[in-house]
Amino acid sequence: VAAGTQSAPERSKVAGTGVRDRIMGWLAFAVLLLAAIVWLIPLAWAVDTALKVESETTTVPVTWIPPSGFTLESFGEILAGGNMLRWYFNSFLTSSIITLAVILLASLAAFGFSRIAFRGRRFLFFVIIAGLIIPPQILIVPLFTEMDALGLVDTYWGIILPQIAAPIAVFIFKQFFDGLPHELEDAARVDGASRFRVYWQIWMPLSRPAIAAVGIFIFVISWNNFLWPFIIVTNTDMMTIPVGIATVQSSYGVRYADIMASAILGGLPLVIVFLFFQRQIVQGIANTGLKG
Amino acid sequence: MAVRAETAQAGGKKETAGRTDLTGYLFVAPFLIAYVAFLIFPVLLGLRLSFYNSSLVSGDAQFLGLANYKELFGDPDFWLSLWHTVLFTLLSTPPLVILSLVFALLANRAIPARWFFRLSFFAPWLLPSSVIALIWVWLYQPGFGLINSYLISLGLPEVDWLAGENVAMLSVVIATVWWTLGFNFVLYLAGLQEIPQELYDASAVDGAGPLSQVRRITVPLLARTTILVVTLQIFSSLNVFDQIYIMNTSGGLNYTVTRPIIQYVYEQGFTSYRVGFASAMSYVFFVLVLVVGLAQFAVANRRRGDL
Repeated sequence: VAAGTQSAPERSKVAGTGVRDRIMGWLAFAVLLLAAIVWLIPLAWAVDTALKVESETTTVPVTWIPPSGFTLESFGEILAGGNMLRWYFNSFLTSSIITLAVILLASLAAFGFSRIAFRGRRFLFFVIIAGLIIPPQILIVPLFTEMDALGLVDTYWGIILPQIAAPIAVFIFKQFFDGLPHELEDAARVDGASRFRVYWQIWMPLSRPAIAAVGIFIFVISWNNFLWPFIIVTNTDMMTIPVGIATVQSSYGVRYADIMASAILGGLPLVIVFLFFQRQIVQGIANTGLKG
Repeated sequence: MAVRAETAQAGGKKETAGRTDLTGYLFVAPFLIAYVAFLIFPVLLGLRLSFYNSSLVSGDAQFLGLANYKELFGDPDFWLSLWHTVLFTLLSTPPLVILSLVFALLANRAIPARWFFRLSFFAPWLLPSSVIALIWVWLYQPGFGLINSYLISLGLPEVDWLAGENVAMLSVVIATVWWTLGFNFVLYLAGLQEIPQELYDASAVDGAGPLSQVRRITVPLLARTTILVVTLQIFSSLNVFDQIYIMNTSGGLNYTVTRPIIQYVYEQGFTSYRVGFASAMSYVFFVLVLVVGLAQFAVANRRRGDL
């Protein structure tokens, strides 16, 4: 095969333009397309079920297009009858506060570790990084005991506070700050700016990529966190979306259209956000993962 | 995660060493306080609780020494749930690493509608665990469930996905692969983008086909990403709880063949109110995670040395 001597004009990984390579390229695309369709079927089926009238959800054989057509009835029922809106609010409030607090506290700490030569900083940084290997799951019992003693069971602070201690965020910010040139800082310091002003007016504006990466990652993780809110909240009004969704099922019995409507409403916010900020979110997740 | 070598700073010559220390502590303190209060303290409290017969309902607790640990090691439910966690990790890690790599390799070429593929594989990762559990319990229903309905119309026997003793764990693994593959996929895509195009161009001039390029260039150069993906995957698989618990309690998933260790900790601590016993179990599991972590670290370091 006389492939490979002509180079393709675009930056293609398949540089050879031989017939065999082209067939393989199409084959690879077909496999990928098939996999993507398989991946989308569960979501499509959930949406399809939610749009049916209840009596037509369990027909055999299954139908994608129901005889009586599609309806938004189940969505209406879930939004009107349940606590969905309250759970949205709880999730949005707690995830926002957690995200802002993590960005602020972790970047302050990382600035200290990266830019200020104080005694014991290597040891303290090591202690914080060691926290990465503590699975939050093993802390549920003692953490609940602690929060109970503090009177924080069934409160927003009870949900928020433990999720602020995120060592990964300190690590990401420190990596980013280590890579910034410190000439800027030195110049500002000579002009008499305080460390805090350097951090706030020079470092933070330069750190938008790190802030976005940490912010997106922490927001998604805390929005989807099931275990901790499930442990610390018993009152239905204080539940977050993931916890509420898991409990709503029992109250709807075997009404599959309603169950799927609540599942879709529960998953929708982050998927919509993702559709708008696809590139930033993927980049943020990849950066967080690769550098952590 | 090695601590970086210090880059000595000459910033602020007028500042005394004591003042520098104080400024440093002030910057680090807010995070450190949250870290100590909600991570370090519970770790230590858990250790203390594990030596007592503490309970969430009554205040008094007696010191038991190692009795909780002794009971734990003789408890068949502990060993069984630990085995379920290990089995889940063994079954979920290979497909989650290999499939995500294959999909990333296939998607990282000049193909139309790349955003569509990224969306299909990544979107499930953005859903909360409870949504995953609801969707998959619905898909796995006997008779009218989508999967069984298709099996029947193909003339194949139905599978008892949720209650079946031999398939229940597999069902959880399938749902989990569908749910979290997108995260590894994105890490691999990012890793692929760091491989310089020149390497491919050069090997194409030498007559290398796409398959041998993948074998000789892509996979070896992705070693760093693979180590990361495998490490994160084992860690998150070992901590499995959400989807199994939700499918167990409200979806009819076979409990006796799937309940993971974290779920047993939860039940002991919050349903039986045996805080001391649950803490002891958390600790034993923590030590296991640490051992696995250290083993991985050692392997990863040796691999890195080979490159």
